[in-house]
Amino acid sequence: MVRCFLIHTVCPVSALGPGESRVLYSRVFGPDESIVSEQNRGLNPEERRLLQKEKVAVVARQVRSAVSLSREASGRPLVETVPGEEALALQEADSGVVRLRAGDPFNEEMSALWLGVQSLGFTLVCESYENLLLAEGTLRNLTRHCLEHLHMLGQGSEVLLRSSRVDTLLSRLLPHGQLLFLNHRFAQSLEKEVAAYMAK
Amino acid sequence: MYSHGSESLIKQAREIQDSELQKFYSRLTKLLQGKELGHETVDSLQRLLLILSATKYTKTLPPELQKRIFSLLSSSAEQLQVLSSAVLRETLPLSGQDVNYNKENVSLMNSHAAALLLSQAGSRADLSSLCAQLLRGLDGRQLEGSAHSLTHTLPILNTILTHSPESLTEDHVTLLSKKLVDWLRYASITQGGGASSGGFFTGPRSRQPVPIAELDGTVSGDFFTVLCVGQGFTEDQWMNVYSFSMLRHWLLAYHSVSNGNTTAETDDRSEVDGSVVSMVSATSSSSRLLPPKERLREKAFQYCQRLIEQSDRKAHKRIDTDLQKACLVEAVCILDCVCEEDTSLVFRTFPCIKALFGRLSSDLSFARVLLPIAQFYLHHGETAAVDCESVWNLVFGRFPAELFNDHFLAHELLRFLRQNLESLQLRVPHYTRSFPNLLKLLAWDSPAVVDDFVDLLPSLVTSGTAVELLHTLLDLPCLSATLVLQLRSACLPISDTGGRPLLSLDAFRSPSYRGLFLFLLRGEAGSGDTIDRLSTLHELLAEAADWPRVVQCAQTVPVLLHIFFNTVLTVADDKLLAHLILVMLERSSLLLNIPKYIQEIHRVFSCHLLRLCKLHPSLVVDQSHELLEFSGATANVYSKEDVYTHVVWVLGEYLSVSCDSRCSVRLITSCFETLEAVLFEITSSAPPPGALCPAPRVVTTLMSALAKLASRSHDLIPRVSLFLSKLKTVTRGGSVPWCTDEEDLVAIVTRGEELWSLLKAPGVAQSVLTPPPHVTMPQWHRDTNVATPLRLRALTSLTQSQ
Repeated sequence: MVRCFLIHTVCPVSALGPGESRVLYSRVFGPDESIVSEQNRGLNPEERRLLQKEKVAVVARQVRSAVSLSREASGRPLVETVPGEEALALQEADSGVVRLRAGDPFNEEMSALWLGVQSLGFTLVCESYENLLLAEGTLRNLTRHCLEHLHMLGQGSEVLLRSSRVDTLLSRLLPHGQLLFLNHRFAQSLEKEVAAYMAK
Repeated sequence: MYSHGSESLIKQAREIQDSELQKFYSRLTKLLQGKELGHETVDSLQRLLLILSATKYTKTLPPELQKRIFSLLSSSAEQLQVLSSAVLRETLPLSGQDVNYNKENVSLMNSHAAALLLSQAGSRADLSSLCAQLLRGLDGRQLEGSAHSLTHTLPILNTILTHSPESLTEDHVTLLSKKLVDWLRYASITQGGGASSGGFFTGPRSRQPVPIAELDGTVSGDFFTVLCVGQGFTEDQWMNVYSFSMLRHWLLAYHSVSNGNTTAETDDRSEVDGSVVSMVSATSSSSRLLPPKERLREKAFQYCQRLIEQSDRKAHKRIDTDLQKACLVEAVCILDCVCEEDTSLVFRTFPCIKALFGRLSSDLSFARVLLPIAQFYLHHGETAAVDCESVWNLVFGRFPAELFNDHFLAHELLRFLRQNLESLQLRVPHYTRSFPNLLKLLAWDSPAVVDDFVDLLPSLVTSGTAVELLHTLLDLPCLSATLVLQLRSACLPISDTGGRPLLSLDAFRSPSYRGLFLFLLRGEAGSGDTIDRLSTLHELLAEAADWPRVVQCAQTVPVLLHIFFNTVLTVADDKLLAHLILVMLERSSLLLNIPKYIQEIHRVFSCHLLRLCKLHPSLVVDQSHELLEFSGATANVYSKEDVYTHVVWVLGEYLSVSCDSRCSVRLITSCFETLEAVLFEITSSAPPPGALCPAPRVVTTLMSALAKLASRSHDLIPRVSLFLSKLKTVTRGGSVPWCTDEEDLVAIVTRGEELWSLLKAPGVAQSVLTPPPHVTMPQWHRDTNVATPLRLRALTSLTQSQ
């Protein structure tokens, strides 16, 4: 299962101060893990929510440093793309995976798959037994749809103002965090549904 | 991307004033009271979502508004369902809210409402009741045949199984196992939806069912799987996809469900499953008589066999080719899982796994599929008495050697090693030998995999590998640079001099240095601990010292060295430890020239030299010759201050009869003379050109070491005293060429005076400078014969009696 999906900044951008980063979208699937953990069982809903937000922030930070180290090591210049060049942006994206040790921040060990598209990171946190080949394909597919349907290569703020579109995408392509084995025909039929939704 | 506009939206959302927020709430409540919910409502809901989610502090909605939003969950417009679910996930549940909801028919609940229910579950009990209701829905609706709304049920159940397997009962497992068998094995084999085989004149009524197709376009002759395509899909075909997607986790986890809550007939061996199914493939009648779990295993086995066969077909689309690989991974993992449970399946499975390995092993683009195959061999190779040699040659040989730059493979390979560490150490001799190859993964992408190596490194340290491993770790930055060169050399033609030419690349290609680089790139340990011409290699790679990849790699080495030394203490004998001390002395001047790296490595060496000698003081006498040689070289004072200081300290501290009876007066005298000469040299002249003044710590350590040695051999006392008094006289003038800082000089002189006065009373000096063990490790509190505990006890009893 996938534990969460998030979109966040991964490198310094002009809109933010140095060292600052923002989580633009995050979706944690399933029940909160603290309700079944011995350690955190006594938390009230408000504290649970706070803990969950902090966990997401930890993932975003870890991925952010992974992306910047990976970019530094590869020495490849970032390719700037404009709206309409989503396929190119995706092709030029860096990718990688971060091991999240048990307890840091989730109770069990997780793998955080990330895709860095210019200043933004798209991250899937998967259970450690998960089929990463499938997860990688799903992440690429999700990222492409986000870039296209929320016009993320442009200057707009649709990811903040139309975040329900991401929810809808996730409900089709990653329902409740379940990675799906979709061949191109299944994928097409889901994409049709998504397109119909976005057209409204 | 992220613009100033977006940032200001987040700021506004976070800083919104309460009065403004209340106004916004009431406006939205009014909007929601209206009959038509238009764009404005949707927009406002979206804004509300932004306000709620932009901060980590929870905001509470007015109850009226919350109720209104809650009712949108069952709206007919999906957009409103999505938004209301998202908004409510960011707020606290209204008391009684979910209870109300549970009373409705959960099976009618849409996916977005279910997501809310799941995210707001407050306890295992909540999950249990949700689970029970979903399963009831699953059971009850089979006759209505509208499976589409059921699709979200399986992922939710899988989520609950992940978080809280105790929430499912044995009955649930039985029920769901049966369902999964149906969906997996008996989904329709004709295309769903608008598929038509007819021509122009055939009306909808005369539509013939069109069989599903394989990925290569041929008509499918067997049961439906996720690798089958059609123009459209029926609902049970969708369920097939969902079922297969959750199958592995289900097989892995259904053991952990609670066993307490079973009804009488869980062992329904005699039950004949009577579900309505399409019976295309001949099913063995015997499997119909199996209990549900075993039947599911059998069907999973068949499904995976079919997937493996289907993956050999040529897919037309890239996405399908990728899916075939992902399916192979999943199929092999599932087969592994069912074989773990039922060893009799091992013999039926191995031929297929072997054939798959044979088919894929020469093509490294299938490396990530080959890893689960290796896992299968590791788990079951012994049972089936299969030769695994070629599998390990691939996993420990070609994978790290040729695919070191594939992040995902590196992650998966290291995860595989971590998870199977014990059995690999036991059964796969290749494992420890392959460390030069495995370390390529670390050299290439240090930050990403260092965490894995922190866990793995101890298993690679054995008495046989320790010395070579230490050398390899020290040369890890060189390996990193060499891997960069190897890749560049492969992709740049030799004539290409575009950009700045790399001297190291020329060296890499030159036959005269071939041996050096080949040694670094070796795949297995055992061809010698290191090479003679290391310094040449370091010169050739000098320009790599500021390559980011090399620098990142160099930063991880100290961490790993600490782990190495901590582990080596547990496996090494005295001989090996002595060898390691020599390696440290030798390698302290043989490192790739990255200034910070050298400094860090010296620090690690110093720390562990001290620990080794503390634990095994006789090592100092054993290695006195080499230690003296090292400490006698004045140049080391300037270039290896840290290591030098510690060597001197170790000599002064442990060269004593009380540590090792072999320590003769001659040895002490010769050590004394060596250190004396160095101290004299560095305090009588300015440092050599280019070097800084010797650190005050070196000077004081040398003085203390001399005093310690003299206290053990009293003939030497006059010589130290003479030196110390001279030092005092010389520095009376104020400045000396070997120490520019006045405070430092004062400290040095004070130390000299202290030692001088101490040495005036040799008996006292000896007990202060070489205290007997009972002084350094006092145990008075334990010794009942000494006076202190007695007095303490008496005092205690006095005070307590009052």
